[in-house]
Amino acid sequence: MKSLARHRRGLLPASLANLVFLYAPIVVLIVFSFNAARLPTAWEGFSLQWYVLLVRDHALAAALQNSVLIAAVSTVIATLLGVSAAVGLERLPWRRRVWLEGALLLPLVIPEVMMGVALLLLFVLVKMPLGLLTVTIGHAAFNVPVVLVIVRSRLHKLDPQLEEAARDLGATPWRAFRRVTLPLLQPAIVGAALLAFTVSLDDFVVTFFTAGPGATTLPLKVYSMIKTGISPEINALSTILVLASMGLVGLSLLFQRKRVHA
Amino acid sequence: MTTDSTGSRTNVCHRAWVLVPALIWMGLFFFLPLLIVLLISFASRGTYGGVEWTFTLANYRDLADPLYLWIYLRSCALALATTGLCLCLGFPLAYYIAGEPARRQGIWLMLVLIPFWTNFLVRTYAWMDVLRTDGLLNTVSMGAGLTSDPIEILYTDAAVLIGLVYGYLPFMVLPLYAAIERMDRSLIEAARDLYAPGWAVFVRVIVPLAKPGIVAGCLLVFTPSLGAYITPDLLGGARSMMIGNFIQHEYLVVRDWPLGSAASFVLMAMVSAGVWAYQRAGGERLL
Repeated sequence: MKSLARHRRGLLPASLANLVFLYAPIVVLIVFSFNAARLPTAWEGFSLQWYVLLVRDHALAAALQNSVLIAAVSTVIATLLGVSAAVGLERLPWRRRVWLEGALLLPLVIPEVMMGVALLLLFVLVKMPLGLLTVTIGHAAFNVPVVLVIVRSRLHKLDPQLEEAARDLGATPWRAFRRVTLPLLQPAIVGAALLAFTVSLDDFVVTFFTAGPGATTLPLKVYSMIKTGISPEINALSTILVLASMGLVGLSLLFQRKRVHA
Repeated sequence: MTTDSTGSRTNVCHRAWVLVPALIWMGLFFFLPLLIVLLISFASRGTYGGVEWTFTLANYRDLADPLYLWIYLRSCALALATTGLCLCLGFPLAYYIAGEPARRQGIWLMLVLIPFWTNFLVRTYAWMDVLRTDGLLNTVSMGAGLTSDPIEILYTDAAVLIGLVYGYLPFMVLPLYAAIERMDRSLIEAARDLYAPGWAVFVRVIVPLAKPGIVAGCLLVFTPSLGAYITPDLLGGARSMMIGNFIQHEYLVVRDWPLGSAASFVLMAMVSAGVWAYQRAGGERLL
C-alpha cells in the first residue's frame, strides 16, 4: 500500500501542471482587465477604467438584456420539456426507452455548427425572421438534453417504492407524482435549470447562426469586439462573463449534490 | 385496491404521454432541420445563392476536390493530435485524483470542471492574450532569456491545437477518472508483489483496466474537436480552416447552401461513425 501511495504522489506535479494549464489563461484574462495600459502586454497599474467603459456602453446593456431574456425563456421551456421527458422515459419499455433517449440526447454529440446551420435553414425556409425568437427556440432545443441528462440520473437513484407506496395509499398518479416524486427531484431540476441557463448565456455558435440584426447577445458582442481588435475592455467583459458562469455552475452543482431528506 | 391491476397500466400511459411535448419540440427544431440539411445536400445551387430542388450527387462529388479533402484531413489530424495530447495530460491527473480521499476527489473534479463551464469564447480569447507576439508567453520567455525573438504562435496550427486541448481536456479527465476510480487496486499491488517493473504494471494492468475510460474520453474529445468552430476561427490563421469553418464559410460567405449541407452531413457521418464504433465495441453509455 505504501509503495502505491508513493508511486501516486509522483503524479502530483503533473496534476498541478494540468491545473495551471487550465487556470493560467483565465487568471491572465482577469488580471489584465484591471490593467491601466491599453495593450495587454505590460502591467501599468491597477485601474477600473475598462469596467467604467463597459457600464457606459449602451449597446452592451442591450446585449445583456437580450442574453438574459433568451436564457430565461429558453430555460423555462427546456426545463418543462426536459423534466417531462425524463419522467416519461422512465416508464417506457426498455427497448423503446433506449432508442428514444438516444434520439433525445443526440444534440449533445452533434457538432454545434451543424445544429446552427440546420436551424438557420429551417427558419429561412419557413420565412421566419431571425431574431430573439429564433435564438430562443434554438437554445431551448439544445438545452432539453442538458436538463434530461441531469434529471434522469437523479430519477434513476430514486426508490420507485416511494411513489408506489403513495399509490397504495390511494393517491392518484398525478398526486403521487406531485407530492412524492417531484419534491424528491426538485434539487436536480433546479440544478438542471441553472445549468441550462448558463449554457444558454454562454452559447456562441448556435446563436451566431440564428440571430438576426436586433438579437445581439453578450457572446456575439464579445466576438465582434475580438474581431475588430483586442482591447482590455474585452477582458473586463470576459471577466464578468467568467465570474457569472462560475457562480451559476457552482450554484447548480450545489443543488444537484443536495441530499434528499425524505 | 380495485385499481391495482389496471392502475399501473394507466400509470404507464399517463407517464408516456408526458414525453410528447419534448418529442414534438425536438422533432420540429432538431430533427426536421437536420432532415432539411440532408435534403438540401442533394439539391443544387440556384443562380443567386438559393436552392434549386433538383436531385444531384454533385455536392458530394465536389467535396472530393483536393482543396476540400485537405480541410477534412487537416481537421482529422488536428482532432487526433488533440485527443492524443489530452490523453497524455489527462491520464496522470485522473489517476492522481482517483487515489485521493473521497472529499478531496470532489474538490479536484470541481477544479477540473469549473473552467469547462465558463464561456468557451472567452476562454479561447484568453489564449489570444497569452499567445500574441507581444503577449504574456513571449514577454515571459524573452524576459527569462529562453528565446531572443518572439515566437509567432498565434494564428498557426499550434495555437489551434493548444486551444483545442485546453477546451476539451475535462472531457478526457472525467471518464478516465471514473474508470480508474472503479478499478480494483489490489490488482496493481498483486502485479508489484510479483515484481513487475513499473512500466509493466502500467501497460499490462492499469491501461487495460482503464480502457473503458480511455475509449470514452478519446471519443468525447475527438468528436467536438473535429467539428470545432470557435477555436480555429480565433486562434488559427487564414489557412487553418477546419471543417466547422468551412461549413460556416459555405453557408454565410459563399452562400452555397447545398455544398455546405453536404459538408455538414459528411461531418455528421464521421461523428456518428465514431459513436457507432464506440457502442459496437461495447462501450458504456456516454452520458
